[in-house]
Amino acid sequence: MWDYLKLAGLGLVAVLAAIAANYARDLAYEVNALTVMLAAGLAFLWVLRTAGDPRPNLQHEYFDSVIRAGAIATAFWGIVGFLVGVVIALQLAFPQLNFEFLQGYGNFGRLRPLHTSAVIFAFGGNALIMSSFYIVQRTSAARLFGGSLAWFVFWGWQLVIVLAASGYVLGATQGKEYAEPVWYVDILITLVWVAFLITFMGTLFRRKEPHIYVANWFLLSMILTVAMLHLVNNAAIPVSIFGSAQVQLYAGVQDAMVQWWYGHNAVGFFLTAGFLGMMYYFVPKQAERPVFSYKLSIIHFWALIFLYIWAGPHHLHYTALPDWASTLGMVFSVILWMPSWGGMINGLMTLSGAWDKLRTDPIIRMMVVSIGFYGMSTFEGPMMSIKAVNSLSHYTDWTIGHVHSGALGWNGMITFGVLYYLVPRLWNREGLYSLKLVSWHFWLATIGIVLYASSMWVSGIMEGLMWREVDANGFLVNAFADTVAAKFPMYVVRAAGGGLFLTGALIMCWNLWMTVRAQPARATQHSAVPAE
Amino acid sequence: MVDTYSFLRELADSWFLLAMTLGFLGLCVWAFRPGSRAAHRDVATSIFRNDDRPADPAPAKKES
Repeated sequence: MWDYLKLAGLGLVAVLAAIAANYARDLAYEVNALTVMLAAGLAFLWVLRTAGDPRPNLQHEYFDSVIRAGAIATAFWGIVGFLVGVVIALQLAFPQLNFEFLQGYGNFGRLRPLHTSAVIFAFGGNALIMSSFYIVQRTSAARLFGGSLAWFVFWGWQLVIVLAASGYVLGATQGKEYAEPVWYVDILITLVWVAFLITFMGTLFRRKEPHIYVANWFLLSMILTVAMLHLVNNAAIPVSIFGSAQVQLYAGVQDAMVQWWYGHNAVGFFLTAGFLGMMYYFVPKQAERPVFSYKLSIIHFWALIFLYIWAGPHHLHYTALPDWASTLGMVFSVILWMPSWGGMINGLMTLSGAWDKLRTDPIIRMMVVSIGFYGMSTFEGPMMSIKAVNSLSHYTDWTIGHVHSGALGWNGMITFGVLYYLVPRLWNREGLYSLKLVSWHFWLATIGIVLYASSMWVSGIMEGLMWREVDANGFLVNAFADTVAAKFPMYVVRAAGGGLFLTGALIMCWNLWMTVRAQPARATQHSAVPAE
Repeated sequence: MVDTYSFLRELADSWFLLAMTLGFLGLCVWAFRPGSRAAHRDVATSIFRNDDRPADPAPAKKES
């Protein structure tokens, strides 16, 4: 019965998408509608082919197939996102790479949101969904709740990514940073996210452990807060139901404030709280010792929850935003330094008594460096939120460098560590194919980040100083184009750093591929891969 | 009758701020309650259990 309902629903979606494509007012909407039609059609065929198949009771097994798919998707979207990043870094250094024949599709303005969304929501999002599903099952000692709902979360998220990415290239955007997807993609995101919440919460409700492990607190706060941020920031009215354009509900400085309340908490809850959940589970597991202080992790959690939500206005210093609001944002950003470093110390000290693992285990090394970058960027961020510093750093490359030391260093490195941890376990393999390649990846990525961050410091501070330089009569000394010309060497170094980081990630993919292909299966009493 | 903005602004600056601060401090103090050490040790090491398969569905009802 349930299968028939699914078939009817998917068929209806496919037909409606076809109608929408026919009436489409713009190219992006038409392509997106056709994509939805195709996805619904494929899902229809899949449900049709598997309808009536016996569904064995698998409550005594973990639901790992969706996590395996998540690991593949994380690695794949990582490569896509890093590659687009290197391309746009080269476009900034060499504007000739904005080819004439790609004008309007492949130039910097179209590719930049593709890069940011690919790395944050495709690479980071898949890493978070994969880790949440893995962690919540192990720490609850229960199978994922909701049957194949987890598959809906996975495939729905991939559809969101494809719709958003193809839409950006064709010009569909909301014009809000990190919230570029247009109204109908926002609706799909909401559906997928609610399914994610149900899967996660349902598993927690079914847990066999008396307590909820702290990693789940961080992951749950990520899911809940992102839901709230998404709904508020994307409140908009579509111009037409057959078009991708919309009008925001808020205007002027209110819109700016809502946007950066969203934007900074996307950093705070998506890229920080969620990844801290990964840290609190995978670092103790890889180090084979419990977290340094569970009490500190509780205080870390609540301090982040109470403080982060106020920090957004620091993106709007010296704008039309009232002074009290930007001062409030600055003060809370500075206070945030304390819990952030508490968390960093907690992660690092988990290794106390096992520091020798840094020498022998490149995966731990990767995780420790990522925690180090977490500490570095959570020091740099509060410093840059101080108004006096911000008047120099804002609108310069320093901001870009800060974001990337957090994103490449913290989010990237911890995700690589998690992938190295998960893949042998998920595919039931006897360890990784090559630890030497992990070391290569580690050094390429680290040197790449160092090149990236240092070139952006030099470039950013230089820009800030050039923009404020005035002569004896009070006239500005430098035109904007002068700073662009002066930045060229730093842009080349930045692109080279990004290239190293991408090379490292490619080595990781090869290593993980060979782990699955060529490593012998793990010999345990239940060595067969679960047939789910 | 004050307008909504002024009312919310005043509430945010006074009672709600106090409530949130006390709530936060209370949560911190609660983490250090007597008897928390054993509970925290248990939950911190819980990640080393049930690695390969879920716990038996039948027994072990949740306590507390």
